[in-house]
Amino acid sequence: MGSRRRRTSDGPGGQHLGEMLPLERKLELYYWMRFTRTLEERLVALYRQTKVVGGLFRSLGQEADAVGSCYALESRDVMSPLIRNMGAMLVKGATPVEILKQYMAKGDSPTRGRELNIHFGDVGEAGKTRGFLGQISPLGDMVPVMAGVTMSFKMRREDRVGLVYVGDGATSTGAFHEGINFAAVQKLPLVVIIENNGYAYSTPTAKQTAAKQFVDKAIGYGVYGEQVDGNDVLAVYDCTKRAVDRARAGEGVSLLEFMTFRRKGHAEHDNQSYVPPGEIELWAAENDPIDRYVRVLLDREKVEQATLDEIDARIVREVDAATDEAEAAPLPQPLDALIGVYADPPVEKPLWYREGADVSSLGKERAEGWGTWDASKGGPR
Amino acid sequence: MAEITYLEAIREALDEEMARDKNVFMLGEDIGAFGGAFKVTEGLMAKYGEARVIDSPISEIAIVGAAAGAAHMGMRPVVEMQFIDFVANAYDMLTNYVATARYRAFLPCPMVVRGPSGGYVRGGPFHSQNPEAGFVHTPGLKVVYPATAEDAKGLMKAAIRDEDCVLFFEHKYLYRRIKGVMPAGDHVVPIGKARTAREGRDLSIITYAATVHKALEAAEQLQTAHGISTEVVDLRTLAPLDDEAIFNTVRKTNRVLIVHEDTRTGGIAGEITARINESCFAHLDAPVLRVTAHDIPLPYAPALEDFVLPQVADIVTAARRLVAW
Repeated sequence: MGSRRRRTSDGPGGQHLGEMLPLERKLELYYWMRFTRTLEERLVALYRQTKVVGGLFRSLGQEADAVGSCYALESRDVMSPLIRNMGAMLVKGATPVEILKQYMAKGDSPTRGRELNIHFGDVGEAGKTRGFLGQISPLGDMVPVMAGVTMSFKMRREDRVGLVYVGDGATSTGAFHEGINFAAVQKLPLVVIIENNGYAYSTPTAKQTAAKQFVDKAIGYGVYGEQVDGNDVLAVYDCTKRAVDRARAGEGVSLLEFMTFRRKGHAEHDNQSYVPPGEIELWAAENDPIDRYVRVLLDREKVEQATLDEIDARIVREVDAATDEAEAAPLPQPLDALIGVYADPPVEKPLWYREGADVSSLGKERAEGWGTWDASKGGPR
Repeated sequence: MAEITYLEAIREALDEEMARDKNVFMLGEDIGAFGGAFKVTEGLMAKYGEARVIDSPISEIAIVGAAAGAAHMGMRPVVEMQFIDFVANAYDMLTNYVATARYRAFLPCPMVVRGPSGGYVRGGPFHSQNPEAGFVHTPGLKVVYPATAEDAKGLMKAAIRDEDCVLFFEHKYLYRRIKGVMPAGDHVVPIGKARTAREGRDLSIITYAATVHKALEAAEQLQTAHGISTEVVDLRTLAPLDDEAIFNTVRKTNRVLIVHEDTRTGGIAGEITARINESCFAHLDAPVLRVTAHDIPLPYAPALEDFVLPQVADIVTAARRLVAW
C-alpha cells in the first residue's frame, strides 16, 4: 500500500477537480458558504436575545473547509461533522429550521430537545436518509463510529463512502488513534479530515502535538495523506473529492489536513484572550474564505456582482423564514423526557413524587408480625 | 440431549444466531483464527468466514465504536472483550456514545458486548473483575449475567435480538465447570426476568452469576445442618432489575440476604436494598444484609483472593444471623 503524502492540490494528471466544476456548481459552493455565515450570524442575534438556550459555536473563517469537503460526497454517502461543520451539514441536507430549533431547544427539534446545537443526524439506508451522523461531545469518538458505519458498507458491498471530521485537538485522543488505525487495517472507505484551526479551545497546536504537521501522522497509520489550504474552497473540494474517489475505489483510508483558523472563540462566551494580538485580524483581512472565493468568482469566473447579491438576498429570505418557523415552534412537554431510553420498555416511569405519578408501589400494607422483633438483640452492620 | 458446558452453550447461541441472521457478526481480539482467549468463538471463523468473525487490533474503543456505527446501519455486532476488565477502556464509548444513542438521536444501536468476567480463578487484579455496577448505573444499557448454561445460551440469543446494547457478562469460573441440557428448539430466555433457583420459606438470597452456585451450596448446608429453608433468586438480568421477582420473594420470606461477587460499596446490593426499603419495608422482619467482596482490588494469591471474595461459609453465617434476628 505504501503511504504517500501530497502537499499540493493538483490532482493526478494536473487536473484540479475543483476548478473543473461547472459554474453552476461553483455558485452552489458560494451559496452554502454564505448560507453558513448568515445562519450563524442569525444565531448570534438569537443568542443575544437569550433565545439560544445553550452555547453557540461559530465556524467563522472555516466555512470553506466544511462546505468544500462535504460537497465532494454523494447523497448516499455518510458524513459525521464536528462542532464547526454546520456548513457540511447544510450541504448534506440539514435544514436551517432544524438547526435553529436545536439551538432553541424546541420540542419538535430533530432531537426533541434532548441534545444541543448541531448534535443531530439523519442516517440509515441510502435514499431514505440524508446521510449525516450526529456527533457527541467527547472528541475523537466519531472516528471509530464512522469506521463501523463504513465497515457496514464494506460488508454489504454498498457503494458508499464515509467522511469524518476531527479538530487538531481530537487527534490527541485515544479514540482518534484507535479509530483511524482500525479503519486503516480494515481498509475501510473512510476519509478522515483534520481541521487544523490553530486552537483546541484555548490550547494551541504546539501544545497538542510535537509533530510538525498533522498530515505526517498518515505515514504512521499507513494511509494516504494530504494537506491543503482549508480556506480555498475549490482546493478543499479537489483534495476531498480525490480522497472520496480513492475510498470508493477500495483504496482505503485517507487522512486530510485542512489548514485554517478559528476566528471566534471555542464558543460565543470565549473572549480569545489566549490568541496573540493581531492574529485574528490578519486572518480576517487577508484569508477570509468567502472573500477569497468572491474574488475567484468575480475575477476569474467573470460572475456578475449582482448574481452574488441575488444569492445573498435569497439566503437572508430563507434564514428569515426559518427563524420565524423555529421561533413559533413549541417547547417540549416535560413527560417527553421519559420516552425512548430503550426500545423496550419504550417509556420510563416517572418517580412517585412527581405530580400525577403512580404511588401504588409505596407499600402501605403492614405484613403480619411486623414490629415484633426485639431491638435489644441489636443488629449487624 | 447431551449436556454441554456454559461456554459451549454461549458458542451454540452465537452459532445459531449467526446462522439465523446474516447481519450478526463478531469483532474482537484473537477471536477468529485463534478462537478467542477462552475459545468461546472457536470454529466460527471457519464456518462463517473472516468477514463475519473479525480479528481486531487491541483497541477496545474502536471495537465498541465500530460496533455502534455498524449497528446504526442495521448490522447486529457481537463484540468480545478479551477479559471484561478491559471494557474500562471503552467506558466512554459505551456510556457516552452507545447508551445515549437512542435517546439523544433516535439511533438504533443493537449490539452485544460480551466477555469473560469474575474471579475465583487466581486471575489477579486485571483478569478477575466484575465491573457490572458502573453499567447498571448508566441509562440506556442492559446488563445480563447468567449463572447456568441454559441461561447463558438463552440470554445470549435474547441479547443478540434485543434492539439495544446489551452487556453480556460471562463468568469464567463457570465456563467449564457448569453444564446443562439445552431445551430443544429456539431457546431464548427473556431479558429482565429473574428465576427462582431454589424455593424456600425462611429467608431469600438474591444473587447472580457464580455466587448463585455458592448460594445454592449454602442453602443446602442451611437446610441439612440448621433446618433453615432458603429461597435463592437468580437475577439473571441486572439492568433492568426484575423488581417484581425481588419484591415477591421479600413478601414471601420477609428476610433478605443479597450476595454478589462485586465489591461492596456501590455494588448492586445497595440498589436492591434501597428498592426493597422503598417498596417492601413493611414486609421485612429484619434489615437487608449483604455478603459481597471486600472493597479491595482482587489479589492473586489463593489465600488472599479467597479472603476477599464471598465464600459459602460467609453466606451460611450471614443467613443464620438474618434468621435469628
